Amino acid sequence: MDIHEYQAKELLAGFGVPVPKGGVAYSAEQAVYRTTEIGGSRWVVKAQIHSGARGKAGGVRLCATDADVRQAAKDLLGKVLVTSQTGPEGLPVHRVLVEQALPIERELYVGLVLDRKHERIVVVAHPHGGMEIEEIAQRVGMRSFQARELAFGLGLGAQQANQATAAVLGAYRAFRDLDATMVEFNPLVVTNDGQVLALDLKMSFDDNAMFRRPNVAELRDFAQEDPREAEAAEHGLNYVALDGDIGCIINGAGLAMATMDMIQHAGGEPANFLDIGGGASPDRVAAAFRLVLSDRKVKAILVNVFAGINRCDWVAAGVVQAVHEVRVAVPLVVRLAGTNVDEGRRILTNSGLPIRTADTLSEAAARVVAARQEPA
Amino acid sequence: MSILLDEQTRVIVQGFTGDKGTFHAKEMIAYGTNVVSGVTPGKGGTTHLGRPVFNTVKEAVASTGAAASLILVPAPFCADAIMEAADAGVRLVVAITDGVPAQDMMTVKRYLWRYPKERRTRLIGPNCAGLISAGRAMMGIMPGHIYARGAVGVVTRSGTLGYEAASQMKALGVGVTTSVGIGGDPINGSSFVDILALFEADPETEAVMMIGEIGGPQEADAAVFVQEHMTKPVVGYVAGLTAPKGRRMGHAGAIISAFGDTAAEKAEIMRSAGLIVAPSPAELGAAAAQALRRRASQPVLVQQ
Repeated sequence: MDIHEYQAKELLAGFGVPVPKGGVAYSAEQAVYRTTEIGGSRWVVKAQIHSGARGKAGGVRLCATDADVRQAAKDLLGKVLVTSQTGPEGLPVHRVLVEQALPIERELYVGLVLDRKHERIVVVAHPHGGMEIEEIAQRVGMRSFQARELAFGLGLGAQQANQATAAVLGAYRAFRDLDATMVEFNPLVVTNDGQVLALDLKMSFDDNAMFRRPNVAELRDFAQEDPREAEAAEHGLNYVALDGDIGCIINGAGLAMATMDMIQHAGGEPANFLDIGGGASPDRVAAAFRLVLSDRKVKAILVNVFAGINRCDWVAAGVVQAVHEVRVAVPLVVRLAGTNVDEGRRILTNSGLPIRTADTLSEAAARVVAARQEPA
Repeated sequence: MSILLDEQTRVIVQGFTGDKGTFHAKEMIAYGTNVVSGVTPGKGGTTHLGRPVFNTVKEAVASTGAAASLILVPAPFCADAIMEAADAGVRLVVAITDGVPAQDMMTVKRYLWRYPKERRTRLIGPNCAGLISAGRAMMGIMPGHIYARGAVGVVTRSGTLGYEAASQMKALGVGVTTSVGIGGDPINGSSFVDILALFEADPETEAVMMIGEIGGPQEADAAVFVQEHMTKPVVGYVAGLTAPKGRRMGHAGAIISAFGDTAAEKAEIMRSAGLIVAPSPAELGAAAAQALRRRASQPVLVQQ
């Protein structure tokens, strides 16, 4: 799960990470009011979307007057911002962050990630254009001296090294205490008057740990997610939209990926990744069909279920019920394997529905690629 | 021989009396697994499926001599259950549970390392289908009947793709010694390398199949291990050629975020390390058969 920059700054400020003075605004009026809170004479208005590269896309505006701030907020709020990371559809801007603008002397990069190879939290830092430095949190957690080594390694003087040490240690504690998977200062800056500040912050969290982090979980912004993926999550399904035209309904993440690969191998392109999980109840199968069919590109659907925990006859009954409930106007290929497969196939055949069946993975892929050109 | 588990292994189930525990314990018993007891805190002293229930793993081990534990408790309690089993001296723990926080797994792995090697617990999973020694015993949630007994060791991240491989192999008359699901999480108990080493040492295993997916360094590490340490032919496959970068594909660990994470890169590393890379997921069985033929033509390694 990702959160917005202003949310990351609010969270990390609570862990002693120094951030610029500022606040979120949902309207131009609020944005102008923020300037009076912050004081000073120069501000930045930053579009809050779950993407980097906002500056190049016009999502970060430098302002010198209230009128500038009002105009910048007006320009950004309600707009869709397309960056090099969002894809052509972009992301909607519903909030802006208004901050004091500061003259910057140096920019540094510091990132904390959950490293899969070391199975530890790893801190990576580099001065711009310089060598990368890496510290691995020890068994007992990250120690002050490690953060200090990083800070001096970045070439900071004593004063700034102290501040940077506090920033890195604060970020580490937040990482650990909030079940983060990534904290990124990009950049961490030294201002002309010698302050070290987190100018931009990104933070991601472990979805599996959100049950015990309700105050983080509530920061989720559904407006930044693909509506189909959000709907899928509500039904306990895992859905990722792709560019092809063959809809996929599969149990198990590995088999789902392999089936997508097989479709490509057979000359087609998958429209989505969709894992319906172990217990594929009729309701869940119906939800899966609705989801896949909400993608207008879909010209054919492949259901591939290898029944382990569940049984093919239940899955077949679920498919038949779903096809009755949800109008499936495209060709449908179903491949069942595993427990009670014969009974499952009989249910599909006896349903009287125009369902194409397949026995093997390769047959299923070939059949659905061919079926794209056929009537349902 | 098989690896890790056979019909003699004394197995307990943590989360024994719950719906999942009950269902899968029944299946395991029906398959021939020596399930000796179960643990559900608060239900100690009762009997379930004709086996005693204990409040703690320590009591279960003391009374029934359990050497292995299958964990089917909910995700918030999984790390604690693993550590309890390790502390009770259980040598093999298989955690099926999906959704365990990554930092819990960091804690668990450090906890396991506290014990000296001669009594350290081997953890399989979490977020896996478990393991099965074909025709002998299973600790997991797989459909046992799709595995034929034979000479190929299987190690896989994905449960259902492991089923696919087993059934393709069975259709070609190729059987399995043991199939191990190591799970789809970013931090897991046993890696591909850990399991490959066991298959290399197992006299009954003639060839190995490893089924990986996008994300993480374990497949590449395994390819290096195969090249340097294995005499048995190894088949490799990596799912997710069509997966986009930066998107999590169902499994918590299945995400392309760094160089070397893609399926194409991993398959290339496997190929250059001398593995037989299955050209598509429909050819897993055929590739296993090919590996067995290659093994048969290695005269220097013929068993005495």
